Amino acid sequence: MIIPLQYNLRYLRTRWTGTLITAVTFGLVVAVFVIVMALAQGLDRAFVTTGDPLNLLIMRPGVQSEMQSSVSIDRYQIIRTLKGIATGADGEPIVAPEVLVVVNKPKLPDGGKSNLQVRGIDLKTLELRPQVRIVEGRMYEPGLREVIASRLVSKRFQGFRLGDTPIFGGGTWTVVGLFDGAGTAYDSEVWCDYEELQQEFDRRGGYSTVVARATDPAAAAALARTIDEDPRLKLEVKTEVQYYSEQTETSRPLKLFGTFLATVMAIGACFAGMNTMYGNVASRAKEIGTLRVLGYTPFSIVLCFVFESVLLALIGGIFGCLVSLPMNWVTTGTTNFQTFSEVVFQFAVTPRLMTIALGFAVVMGVVGGLLPAVSAARRPIIDCLSKV
Amino acid sequence: MSESPKEKVVAARNLSKIFPHGGEDVVALDKIDIDIYKGEFVALMGPSGSGKSTLLHIVAGIDRPTSGELEVLGDPIADLSESQLSTWRNHHVGFVFQSFNLIPVLTAQENVEMPLLLTSLNKKERREHVETVLRIVGLTDRMTHYPRQLSGGQEQRVAIARALVGDPDLILADEPTGDLDAHSAEEIMTVLQKLNEDHGKTVIMVTHDPRTAHYSSITRHLDKGKMLPVGEPGSQE
Ligand SMILES: Nc1ncnc2c1ncn2[C@@H]1O[C@H](COP(=O)(O)OP(=O)(O)OP(=O)(O)O)[C@@H](O)[C@H]1O
Ligand SMILES: [Mg+2]
Repeated sequence: MIIPLQYNLRYLRTRWTGTLITAVTFGLVVAVFVIVMALAQGLDRAFVTTGDPLNLLIMRPGVQSEMQSSVSIDRYQIIRTLKGIATGADGEPIVAPEVLVVVNKPKLPDGGKSNLQVRGIDLKTLELRPQVRIVEGRMYEPGLREVIASRLVSKRFQGFRLGDTPIFGGGTWTVVGLFDGAGTAYDSEVWCDYEELQQEFDRRGGYSTVVARATDPAAAAALARTIDEDPRLKLEVKTEVQYYSEQTETSRPLKLFGTFLATVMAIGACFAGMNTMYGNVASRAKEIGTLRVLGYTPFSIVLCFVFESVLLALIGGIFGCLVSLPMNWVTTGTTNFQTFSEVVFQFAVTPRLMTIALGFAVVMGVVGGLLPAVSAARRPIIDCLSKV
Repeated sequence: MSESPKEKVVAARNLSKIFPHGGEDVVALDKIDIDIYKGEFVALMGPSGSGKSTLLHIVAGIDRPTSGELEVLGDPIADLSESQLSTWRNHHVGFVFQSFNLIPVLTAQENVEMPLLLTSLNKKERREHVETVLRIVGLTDRMTHYPRQLSGGQEQRVAIARALVGDPDLILADEPTGDLDAHSAEEIMTVLQKLNEDHGKTVIMVTHDPRTAHYSSITRHLDKGKMLPVGEPGSQE
């Protein structure tokens, strides 16, 4: 049978300084774990929420990213004629060519340079990606050297505020609008007319990719097959969802690093916990002896002190989660090594992540508490009782 | 043979306890024979180091003899495993310590309840048992007090209530009045005597104090690990 939990709780409260110090140790480890993982998750989320299952991304076979792809104009024309493509408001099929370039631009606040992805789009693109909304200013005017930038980009890069006139390619552009990409990868981009971009970067021969919107999931699958098999096209098709989930590879080093860091710190925290628990066990030897005399088994003594250690770690874990929660609203960026451009995203401290972190705390508590608990349970009763 | 066959509570034959101590062995109990019957109130006396506590611990199933035969309440307790012995103690023995050994973070009633948490009694039944024994020791008005809020005598009465709550057959007390003033000591002895006389509990008590021993029905003497025959110097018979 089990020694009531309130016994442990009252002890933790009575020796609150020791409890606090140990809990903070556990808490810091949990906080580091949560923050690094929130970073990785935020990055994943930027990619995962980007894709639409009905949007087909058509690229040159075998390329890693849109950036490396190219699709010729005549193939674009063939794609427009295929069946299963949704029709837009103007009665035309929703197929949009896209041109992607990266420009190296100074970041705020220190001016360190980073690659910024510029996407040349067709106005149809807005039908493909309804999550992107203009929040300030207006849409670019086709045929003009105008761009719209994501609000996050305008905050992270120099010269992309509304009305600014950034220079890239060879010409001077004007930022006429700011958009909100709703947490997608587009939040890291600047958009403009694809034809202007083709001229500026001398890419008149073709596009980077072509995006087509299928009428429904079945049509999407059929369309993908048609494109795959069409000998005139020799192109590769992925749904946007597929494509962007492959991009989550980007977060892998971060996750590895986070796990490594948390593990190393956790080992330290386990020793701190163990030390505290050895102290608790030693100072309560007489009580342990008394409980044994009353009929509590050695196993219930083990449980009691492992519980106590887990409680300690959980208090720390909750503290760690609370400390890292404000990170949820922090925006940051990293380099996507498949496009070599900056990805801007928000930390994602999710309930799931916090649950995992608390589970992690429980494991630390068990590991830190087990040895002291077993040593307490194995000690002969008369030894325990003779301690003053 | 006897006209009223009395139930044996403790039967020890050739009971020895040797503590290895450095290179040398300390013989704490040296081939002791003792029989204690149901309903007796036995005072164990003897000089310091004579083995009184050791004997009490072995009878309580807290420590194990080195050799010899021992039955307590008919059970060969030396043969039980550690966890069997734990359960056995919970069911059959109430132990009272010299320094009370209450758990400081638990209230009087929570302390008394501890042995009952190992039983199948529900919360209501447990509360009733706790109240009953606290009434016997006269402490119903201190139920929610913590040990530090009680006097030594009150603490010891809580400890006796805790020893009593599981309705054990045997109450063992190691110098229960050793840390108390004369007045509190008298109160404690009155309670123990009441348990023996009114509730029929078998009590074995270690003591140094002849006045305390006076409350018992039988006094036995230990000296250097040996049990002196009944009626040796100091005994009341
Ligand atoms: N754990 C132990 N290790 C070694 N020797 C011990 C241990 N416990 C008791 N002894 C020895 O065994 C002998 C008997 O000890 P015990 O505690 O039974 O005496 P006692 O009669 O209760 O004495 P006191 O009146 O001082 O309490 C003593 O010589 C003591 O030193
Ligand atoms: Mg003693």
